[in-house]
Amino acid sequence: MAYRVRLDVFEGPLDLLLHLIKKNELDIFNIPIAEITSDYLNYIRLFRRLNLDFAGEFLVMASTLIHIKSRMLLPSIEAAEEEEPEDPRVELAARLMQYQKFKEAASILKEREAIQRDIYGRLPIVPQDEDYTIEASLFDLVDAFQRVVFRAEKEVREIIQEDIRVEDRIREILNLLENRRFINFGTIFSGQRTKRLLIVTFLALLELIRSKMVFARQARPFGDIRIYRAKQELMAQG
Amino acid sequence: MEREKLKSIIECLLFFSDKPLSIDKLAEIIETDNCDEIKGAVEELEKEYELRNSGLQVLNIAEGYQICTRSEFSSWVRKLYKSQTTFQLSLPALETLSIIAYKQPVTRGEVEKVRGVDASYVLRTLLEKKLIRISGRKKVPGRPILYGTTQEFLRYFGLRDLSEIPSLEEIKPPVSG
Repeated sequence: MAYRVRLDVFEGPLDLLLHLIKKNELDIFNIPIAEITSDYLNYIRLFRRLNLDFAGEFLVMASTLIHIKSRMLLPSIEAAEEEEPEDPRVELAARLMQYQKFKEAASILKEREAIQRDIYGRLPIVPQDEDYTIEASLFDLVDAFQRVVFRAEKEVREIIQEDIRVEDRIREILNLLENRRFINFGTIFSGQRTKRLLIVTFLALLELIRSKMVFARQARPFGDIRIYRAKQELMAQG
Repeated sequence: MEREKLKSIIECLLFFSDKPLSIDKLAEIIETDNCDEIKGAVEELEKEYELRNSGLQVLNIAEGYQICTRSEFSSWVRKLYKSQTTFQLSLPALETLSIIAYKQPVTRGEVEKVRGVDASYVLRTLLEKKLIRISGRKKVPGRPILYGTTQEFLRYFGLRDLSEIPSLEEIKPPVSG
């Protein structure tokens, strides 16, 4: 199927009429209807040749134009009775005038839009982690820790003598959070290859939570746990 | 409450809010019935920002106030927010909006009569952008949906209220011929 451009997304029949009026320097209140009708129909034929998909409204306007043209040619019965017959073009002229006013109003809005686009207000505070609002309880933490230990027991077989203090792990966990808003619970334990290290790490985490330097949060009860850095609480904005 | 303290509280609220705050809303937060005092303090704040050539301004838009950046510094803000997309309304959207703004509450049929083309797609986009809202149904056969503009419309175009757009009589269409 050939690609068809939908014309009415851009312009309507009134736009075409205004275009013809401007192009031919016509007076809206005294449109030479025969001339403009044939011009208009030429455009319709051109749209067809260019394979432009135009809306039925264009044809409605074409018939309106032809109707006005015929009314101007034929003396109407009522008109004969009145002193001054009504010009059949009046209604169309009024519509065009009104449409032009709204087009002008639209251009005023466009100017305002351009001005306003240069003015910035604060961005809404997007709770990007809005799903993680449940404070994980100690039991949740212990459960999660048990899963970590269970996995580790299957992997870790060697016994390494390594002395590490809780204070050191606290610093390491805070380092992990340095440039991030949160880390996953499991991430804290990755690379800890002995049970003792795992326990020290867990104690370090509990101490951080107790002193409110980090928060352990879940999206839903029993869900996975994320560790959030505390000082970013108010600065949640991106 | 002391005047300077009141101004500081208002400044803090207008800075932190991501949308314009009305005088009523400010009064509600500050817990006072004296809206005149609040309004006076806001206006003083507005002048102070103006006088000290601040990079910020107290903007009176959408029937409220908000502290925003000044347009002359927009290039700097854009350097900071590189990813910020500069969304712009299409001409049909602007025309449709202006028809709704002037004729509201207005039905889809009435909008289409002015523009001479189908308006359903544009209306949907404007609803999504929260620039218009459904304000009710017209009490005529078929009960067609009525559309009106929103607070977001005022904010988007930096308008204090609807009276700030020139009346249709004031608008002079370009003289043809």
